[in-house]
Amino acid sequence: MSPANGAFGANGHVVIVGASLAGLRAAEALREGGFQGRLTLVGDEPYEPYDRPPLSKQVLTGQAAPESTALPRASGLDAEWRLGTPAVGLDLAGKRVRLADGDELGFDRVLIATGTRARPWPNPEEAALVGVVTVRGRDDTVRLRHELAAGPRRVLVIGAGFTGSEIASACRGLGLPVTVTERAATPLAGALGGTIGAVAARLQREYGVDLRCGVSVTSLEGDDAGHVRRAHLDDGTTLEIDVAVVALGAQRNTEWLRNSGLGAGPRGVACDAGCRVFDMYGIVTDDIFAAGDVARSPHPLFGFEFLALEHWSNAIEQAEVAAHNMLHAESERRPYLHVPTFWSFQFGVSIKSAGVPPLGDQVVIVQGSADEPRFVALYGHHGRTVAAVTFDQGKWLEFYVNQIEGAAPFPPQYRNVAQPESRQVLQAEFPDPALPTEGPMIVRTGHSPTERAWTLMPARGGRR
Amino acid sequence: MTEQTTTSQPGVLAQILDYANRADPYPLYAQLRKSPVFRAPNGSYVVSTYREIWALMHDPRIGVGAFGGNAGAGAGGGGPGSFIGMDPPAHDRLRRLATSHFEQTEAVRPDMVRTASELIDNMRGKHQIDVVDDFAYPLPVTVICQQLGVPHEDEPRFHPWAEAIITQLDPRPGQESAAAQASAEMNQYMAELVERYRSEPGAGLLSGLAAEEGMSTQDVVATGRLLLIAGHETTVNLITNGMLTLLRHPDILERLRHEEELAIPLVEELLRYEPPVQINPKYSALDDVEVGGVAIPKGSRIVLALAAANRDPNRFPDPDRFDPEREDNEHLGFFTGIHYCFGAGLARQEAQVALTELARRLENPRLLQDPPPYRQNPTLRGPRHLPIEIDGVG
Repeated sequence: MSPANGAFGANGHVVIVGASLAGLRAAEALREGGFQGRLTLVGDEPYEPYDRPPLSKQVLTGQAAPESTALPRASGLDAEWRLGTPAVGLDLAGKRVRLADGDELGFDRVLIATGTRARPWPNPEEAALVGVVTVRGRDDTVRLRHELAAGPRRVLVIGAGFTGSEIASACRGLGLPVTVTERAATPLAGALGGTIGAVAARLQREYGVDLRCGVSVTSLEGDDAGHVRRAHLDDGTTLEIDVAVVALGAQRNTEWLRNSGLGAGPRGVACDAGCRVFDMYGIVTDDIFAAGDVARSPHPLFGFEFLALEHWSNAIEQAEVAAHNMLHAESERRPYLHVPTFWSFQFGVSIKSAGVPPLGDQVVIVQGSADEPRFVALYGHHGRTVAAVTFDQGKWLEFYVNQIEGAAPFPPQYRNVAQPESRQVLQAEFPDPALPTEGPMIVRTGHSPTERAWTLMPARGGRR
Repeated sequence: MTEQTTTSQPGVLAQILDYANRADPYPLYAQLRKSPVFRAPNGSYVVSTYREIWALMHDPRIGVGAFGGNAGAGAGGGGPGSFIGMDPPAHDRLRRLATSHFEQTEAVRPDMVRTASELIDNMRGKHQIDVVDDFAYPLPVTVICQQLGVPHEDEPRFHPWAEAIITQLDPRPGQESAAAQASAEMNQYMAELVERYRSEPGAGLLSGLAAEEGMSTQDVVATGRLLLIAGHETTVNLITNGMLTLLRHPDILERLRHEEELAIPLVEELLRYEPPVQINPKYSALDDVEVGGVAIPKGSRIVLALAAANRDPNRFPDPDRFDPEREDNEHLGFFTGIHYCFGAGLARQEAQVALTELARRLENPRLLQDPPPYRQNPTLRGPRHLPIEIDGVG
């Protein structure tokens, strides 16, 4: 440890707000890095840190128990846990975090890792109907499992992003009739664009999903007992349903930072490439760090645009960078440079992604075929490869990560195995960002660190 | 790369291929690693370090289509029409089909334990045995026959065929015609079996594949042969190398007698330390590729020295030490990338069961010859015999 952090490293107090994957990993990394001071983890849920990806997959189908998602914990973490007590405020000048129970925790350094929550159904009365659920936490999945076990006539999934699609897939696996509605032209449009989204649409239909794109649910209707029974769509149709899964993307848990003076807002907590949080004037702070879903940081590989990444691997890797930089002097700090990656499993297909597909305006299948569907698709922007998406071809992804890191030309000119006869470059067809949809898992949040408003970006066409 | 290493490396490769160095090629592999990528006189590129091999095996500009396809290479070759010699997408389709009919879960274990026990029972009353002929050779044939769905009563016919065909991989003059005849007989037998399964479905891979749409009898036989041949010699070597290594490390052998769970990391370390497939010469560049600072031109053949990469000190600390407790042991013993060993799950369990049973039941085993006599083949390297002395069978 550097001398600059000697006293802090020995006796300092680090408060980590958010006791999920990023928070836990940061705590472990601090200890691995030699931090011997006091460590406190604050979490709003009563559970110790657990893993979320299985919640929309194995836990839902009953292949795994909800409790089995608990994350393994390094022994000797020696931390104080404040679980079930959300943080409600941060005092920048006094260096204190306020908790819901009135307690205040003084800190030398703090990590903001409060993540995201599911965007709720906009009508609170309808959202309160029995059978209307969102899926973000372990309790949500237990509730949904209970509803599914009752043998619903039909499950409605509102929003065909990754979470919605995986839930629809799990429901089909359980043999339940499923309708999926999506405002965009295809499922996964916000994350992968409409061209690749069309492949996902075909998959859903092959698995027996009643997929309806380009429509919105206008209202949910309950019976006398307060259980959801009908959904009304904006095309005039009515669906008879017993469960409605609201999968409209995520909202960042930043409300507790309102009036804190930090550059935090609905788009996340702005931090530099070293995870140090910006204040509301765009000045970087020394002792406030952010990591995981809630953080938005400028990515050097992608034009320094501030990206918010809702990915498992991001939570881990960013937490490690934050922990390292908390412990090290300026000259030894590390930037967060990882190429974003994520995976999904749905309808029998393993989907993996690297880079930032929504940055791409063009897409080309370089390996395999969308008909099977087993393929590698590359996304390009201004002649550069910015992302790769694989359907059941994940073993190749590492190569394409290197291509993205090396800013390889797009479209690629090399010959490779399983090369299609023609490499037709297509429009990626990302929806107009002004169209509210399920929300991509990589959110482009512009170039300003003080961006606090939830302003919609102009349509893509308008920017060229 | 200095001028000196470029001229000396082909000499090192020749020495590795030289039978005189079969028993311990590892010091030569260490010399080979001094030039991670070099051009051999025949124009092929030899790659010997972990990172570089890893990169190539995940690079879609590298394929096996040009030089693959036939016997004598990779994990034993598989004959024409088998997926080991194919590139995607054909490779993926056939392999995926085979996967769905190949049982590699723990369910196969009881049968393996029974077969291994019977082979050890047969050693009763003997004080000298050959681990190869008496144990490591017959075990995988029985296991694969069960996998394929060869009826138990036909199994004795299979052993000589398998032996003749596999001998062909380690050629000695005068045996070619025997191998060709055995090969033809086995093909004929398997084709008849597949036809029979078409009308009367049964258990195993041949029956399962025969029921798949678009699979000709020839396709099914090709896949069956691949699994038999690719899975046989390699498993024999894995078991034999394992017993030899244990006899050279008596403390670990003693531990295995009591700690059954040690078998799992021990077999992984074995796959790193004495990999059954030492060299894979089948890859080729579909386009210009740069690796380890060397430009490999389109069309070049690429030879991967897996055994050298498994002992790359930049990847594995203290690489020449056999350490069953080694952490982060992502060896190349089963390759990596899309041609990752198809039968890895089965081979792992066979080696775990075999070594555990040998350790548990052989009383006071002692090496009679160290090093033992090796087979000719430098690629699928392993002892031809492993004579040992025992006090008895427990």
